[in-house]
Amino acid sequence: MERMGIFERYGVKVLGTSIKTLETSEDRDLFAKALGEINIPIAQSIAVGTVDEALEAAKGIGYPIIVRAAYALGGLGSGFANNEEELRNLSARSLTLSPQILVEKSLKGWKEVEYEVVRDASNNCITVCNMENFDPLGIHTGDSIVVAPSQTLSDEEYHMLRSAAIKIVRHLGVVGECNVQYALQPDGLDYRVIEVNARLSRSSALASKATGYPLAYTAAKIGLGHTLPELPNAVTKTTTANFEPSLDYVVTKIPRWDLSKFQHVKRDIGSAMKSVGEVMAIGRTFEESIQKAIRQVDPRFIGFQGDKFENLDYELANPTDRRWLAVGQAMLHEGYTVDRIHDLSKIDKWFLYKLQNIVDCTRELEDTGSLFGIKKELMMKAKKMGFSDKQIALCVGSTEDEVRARRKNFGITPFVKRIDTLAAEFPANTNYLYTTYNATTHDVTFDDHGIIILGSGVYRIGSSVEFDWCAVSATLALKEMGKKTVMINYNPETYSTDFDTADKLYFEELSYERVMDIYELETATGVVVSVGGQLPQNIALRLQETGGAKILGTNPKDIDKAEDRQKFSEILDSIGVDQPAWKELTSVAAAEEFAFEVGFPVLVRPSYVLSGAAMTVIRSKNELKDKLEAASNVSPNHPVVITKFIEGAQEIDVDAVASGGKLIIHAVSEHVEQAGVHSGDATLVLPPASLDQTTMDRVKEIAVKVAKAWNITGPFNMQIIKAQDPNGGLPELKVIECNLRASRSFPFVSKVLGLNFIDVATKALVGRDVPEPTDLMAIKRDYLATKVPQFSWTRLAGADPFLGVEMSSTGEIACFGKDLVEAYWASLQSTMNFRVPEPGEGLLFGGDITKDSLVKIVDYLSPLGYKLYVAEKEVKQFLESTAKNNVSIEVIEFPKEDKRALREVFQKYDIRGVFNLALARAKTVLDVDYVMRRNAVDFGVPLFMEPKVCVFPTPTF
Amino acid sequence: MFARFINPAAFRPAGGYGRIAQQTRFLATVEGSAGRAMPVTRTRATPISHDRATFTIRDGPVFHGKSFGAKSNISGEAVFTTSLVGYPESMTDPSYRGQILVFTQPLIGNYGVPSSDRDEHGLLKYFESPNIQCCGVVVADYAEKYSHWTAVESLSEWCAREGVPAISGVDTRAIVTHLREVGSSLARITIGEEYDADQDEAFIDPEQINLVKKVSTKAPFHVSSMNGDMHVAVIDCGVKENILRSLVGRGASVTVFPYDFPIHKVSHHFDGVFISNGPGDPTHCQETVYHLARLMETSQVPVMGICLGHQLLALAAGARTIKLKYGNRAHNIPALDLTTGQCHITSQNHGYAVDTPTLPAEFKEYFVNLNDGSNEGMIHKTRPIFSTQFHPEAKGGPMDSSYLFDMYIENVQRYKKNQAVYPAGAGTNKPNPLLVDLLSKERVGVHPSQPAENLAQPAVATQSAVATAA
Repeated sequence: MERMGIFERYGVKVLGTSIKTLETSEDRDLFAKALGEINIPIAQSIAVGTVDEALEAAKGIGYPIIVRAAYALGGLGSGFANNEEELRNLSARSLTLSPQILVEKSLKGWKEVEYEVVRDASNNCITVCNMENFDPLGIHTGDSIVVAPSQTLSDEEYHMLRSAAIKIVRHLGVVGECNVQYALQPDGLDYRVIEVNARLSRSSALASKATGYPLAYTAAKIGLGHTLPELPNAVTKTTTANFEPSLDYVVTKIPRWDLSKFQHVKRDIGSAMKSVGEVMAIGRTFEESIQKAIRQVDPRFIGFQGDKFENLDYELANPTDRRWLAVGQAMLHEGYTVDRIHDLSKIDKWFLYKLQNIVDCTRELEDTGSLFGIKKELMMKAKKMGFSDKQIALCVGSTEDEVRARRKNFGITPFVKRIDTLAAEFPANTNYLYTTYNATTHDVTFDDHGIIILGSGVYRIGSSVEFDWCAVSATLALKEMGKKTVMINYNPETYSTDFDTADKLYFEELSYERVMDIYELETATGVVVSVGGQLPQNIALRLQETGGAKILGTNPKDIDKAEDRQKFSEILDSIGVDQPAWKELTSVAAAEEFAFEVGFPVLVRPSYVLSGAAMTVIRSKNELKDKLEAASNVSPNHPVVITKFIEGAQEIDVDAVASGGKLIIHAVSEHVEQAGVHSGDATLVLPPASLDQTTMDRVKEIAVKVAKAWNITGPFNMQIIKAQDPNGGLPELKVIECNLRASRSFPFVSKVLGLNFIDVATKALVGRDVPEPTDLMAIKRDYLATKVPQFSWTRLAGADPFLGVEMSSTGEIACFGKDLVEAYWASLQSTMNFRVPEPGEGLLFGGDITKDSLVKIVDYLSPLGYKLYVAEKEVKQFLESTAKNNVSIEVIEFPKEDKRALREVFQKYDIRGVFNLALARAKTVLDVDYVMRRNAVDFGVPLFMEPKVCVFPTPTF
Repeated sequence: MFARFINPAAFRPAGGYGRIAQQTRFLATVEGSAGRAMPVTRTRATPISHDRATFTIRDGPVFHGKSFGAKSNISGEAVFTTSLVGYPESMTDPSYRGQILVFTQPLIGNYGVPSSDRDEHGLLKYFESPNIQCCGVVVADYAEKYSHWTAVESLSEWCAREGVPAISGVDTRAIVTHLREVGSSLARITIGEEYDADQDEAFIDPEQINLVKKVSTKAPFHVSSMNGDMHVAVIDCGVKENILRSLVGRGASVTVFPYDFPIHKVSHHFDGVFISNGPGDPTHCQETVYHLARLMETSQVPVMGICLGHQLLALAAGARTIKLKYGNRAHNIPALDLTTGQCHITSQNHGYAVDTPTLPAEFKEYFVNLNDGSNEGMIHKTRPIFSTQFHPEAKGGPMDSSYLFDMYIENVQRYKKNQAVYPAGAGTNKPNPLLVDLLSKERVGVHPSQPAENLAQPAVATQSAVATAA
């Protein structure tokens, strides 16, 4: 904006760090020059064209050297050289492959460390936090397992890098917050600056939560001209912000990847970030901290554990999203020594020794043979190392409940400690808490008997900030009613984990064990399970039935009746609400029989899942067996259901609140895409633009019936499909899904309709000030809003861009407009920022040719003067034979395996838009449609994948 | 007299400089001391104990944990440090002598213990003194296995070798909370047997002992600088290696004197006087205070003091000191420079502080602690005299305030230049090469196993001896 002169034109003053500083930190050359001025070494690479030049360059850089061949694919001609002799050979070889090679200092196996620095305009400068990566250098910090504070650095190393960070920040003139990343030699004092971010970053959010130091708040105040010494420490209130937090605990962050949700995606992690969320766990031993974090990433992990790998050594040596599992496999099941794993992975031995402690303790537990063999001391030891009750149960062949009972018999329960930025040195009344077994006293008293709100946990595909909005809204609503609130969540990126949101914040696991621990300690008056998405929902029944906790709102037994497909369908039948034909899966034969009876395609879905994990559409008998098995593996404790999949139908989303089985408010949104695209990936329109009053009334009636049947109190969400009645009667309305909790569209409908649904739901939960039922949909509005998904295809190299029943978007955008077209275009522009192809430019078509959707688009576009291309003869024939107008379509060459050649093809034909209506995910990476979709994304060409969406924007072309 | 406490290694040089005592007035004190029997250095080493252990705070809670250090029972004042790194530096800091050190950073021992390698000045590279100074160590989680390129042994092995008991697996945060509320307390580490409340033996109160006397060198020693020709006299109240390095590295050779040495009588041989950090209550060091007062009266020599040195200088100037409730021991303490408005993050380790309102008129407050408002330094309004409560030499801790050494060295240089104008003076204070050769190169008689009773020498005797010799 500065470059465009906008700031100058409108007299906008930039607060904090100057634009010049930002430019210096972002521009590689300016940056290198600036750091050269203060003698701070950066990772540099020198391009050379001869062997002699290479040797000369190496002299300046120092061995070991890594050589990369420029413009060579797949790492050809790259390698390491430890001395002149090796470099001579290597560079000679590389120069035969490439005219130019890059000579760089090899930082292989170096530690990666970062510092968060704050500086004010008066040159006061502090480092708030330092962090160390579990993996050695080379993985994007967002994709790294990170511990704070650093654990393997000596005073000399810690302060060498700290002093350098301050020197850099002062030299660059940063005002506000800044992040400095280093590579540190593992066996000496050499280091390199990798990167400086002169702004609040992903790491800053983590540093804020890890230390309790409000970085963003402080940076904003500094931007307004305050100095650090005059700002108070927000935690203690009595001391100053000009200090460096001292941590008396250890924090572990683990990213959450959802790479398995995508097909063909490359699982290796490196310089490009692929994770979608992260967890942070606090403990007073590293073992406790990392085991908590592992379970937080995904409740299906029990703690430090292994997994099956085809080539374990390769997995250890090459980082992927599953490397820690490979380490676990090697240590727990394959008998690898710490030294061997270190040699392969270069992970610092300190981390591995600590993990070995967990392994040793696991063995010790296993050796006792039974729960009653576990003595108090061993139980205590395991708990101090962060073992969960379930994990201990697995070691001795017992159950979680039995372990819990025995543990409590021993009097072993966790203690509650504060995060106060000063290691207890000064009194601080912070409510930022965690639990630990490495303690003997509590920091807090438990006399307010508040209401526990369970947050949504890690951001993942299907659960993002929407649920956090719900959890925070519920907390604020409870506070307003004068209730004390206790938040449990462990996601450092959320607002709910800000310590001023709830009266008490437990930065903790959302497991049955930990929630019950806190419930019992706090002697809480109730638990809210319906505002945090699927995680709290999954433990609700156990909390009530086994733990005896009081669940606010809909009875968990009723929740179970909605999650369990069998019970769900029975109830729908009993209240006369229609649904697609279904059957609980018992055997493959039975499934086949069912499929033949109702006709393909059919939909297979496990219960108790979010975002349609392992949900899949089966179109033929051949696919049936494999996919059924995959689905039944996802959640073995719950049944798998098979239903008729209705194609070409419209989907409707209902978000509602009920109290005591009575519907209070509801919102009806329609999907632009046809049914079958996961509702999280669909474009929502509210109020609906194409539903008539009769349909609206019938939808409401269904909502009323469902609320009554499940005796709902609190938020709920339904998805209904509207299909033409083959007999020409009223369209059929079939309920396909019902969740007795807030859904991801609650914030959207609340914001569009101007009424906070969670606020109303919270009142229903506690049964106070519940408003009278109102029909918000009856109010006529002169606007509508659309919500469109944001995908991350570009970041996920190789992933198949395909929309289906399993959700794959990572974010969303809502826009208002006078009418549908205006709102939709605004939101589309916000997500993709694409340019509309102009007449004369090329459009490429592909995908499903068994239906006429593609033809319709061609019919629409052909008169507009675009050049139309396809990649396959069949598609050409199909389109030319069925199109209304006499279209001419050209088949272009389509090199599937050579990306460079393909890019040239795209350029040659000036392809500015790709329409690919896929029926199913690609089976192989050589599938033409996959290659077309994938490369449209990689080349930044707008990609349309859904027939309705394709036709929808076209009127404005 | 000093020779009485000199260990055998230091014997030869000590005996040697007796012979040149006539030429060098300030060394006259050691005359006649040669030939006395040396006390045997008692070895403290024990095997590593993995027994159960107990940490007991007098009139406070009892904590049960596991031993990972020496098998010996000790008592002392329990103090906590909130530093995140630097346990080898802290544990060898003489200011911690006699104290039980509680680390709030829960994971200790991660990077093992480095070697006793020496740098180009002959100073210890990784330690602040040759031995562990604190009498016990309390941590939450000890790392049995370490990983670091400088490490030669584990913390456990080191503690056992040095005879220092260590306990892990206790709630250090609870200890800090207790100490914060009741103030500094005496405590005990008991290894092995179950704790028995009845068997409540006496707690040794290091307050009652002149700790400075224990850690201060018993005879002068010298560290040469290859980087310059200045010569600074350091009064050793428990000096850290990095203070010496900070001076020597900047071009000042240092001769280090026992804490009670009448420095005012020899200051004209030096370009500057420096008063080091040290343990305990500054009011125990009356003789040092007296000498410093005389020094400031009679000499214009630049003076800098750190920590205890700051307190002693303040006492000498006529101010008073107070005992803090639980002291400041951390690497993250903000000290505001009142002359510039700049705030520095500082390393600290002290239980006493200068009472700012009692500062005499010719001094002004230099730094103030932004957390608790306590005094962090003073500076003379006209003369090159200043001192800080915090540690600009760091080790461990942040190096933000190391510029203070530059400032001191500038003062020293200016003074040296001015002195050269007076022909009456010796012309130069460059150290005498023969003397340098003869003097010990490191602390004399400061090993923690030195029995306390041997150290109970009346300081006055030393003083009068010096006075006579002078």
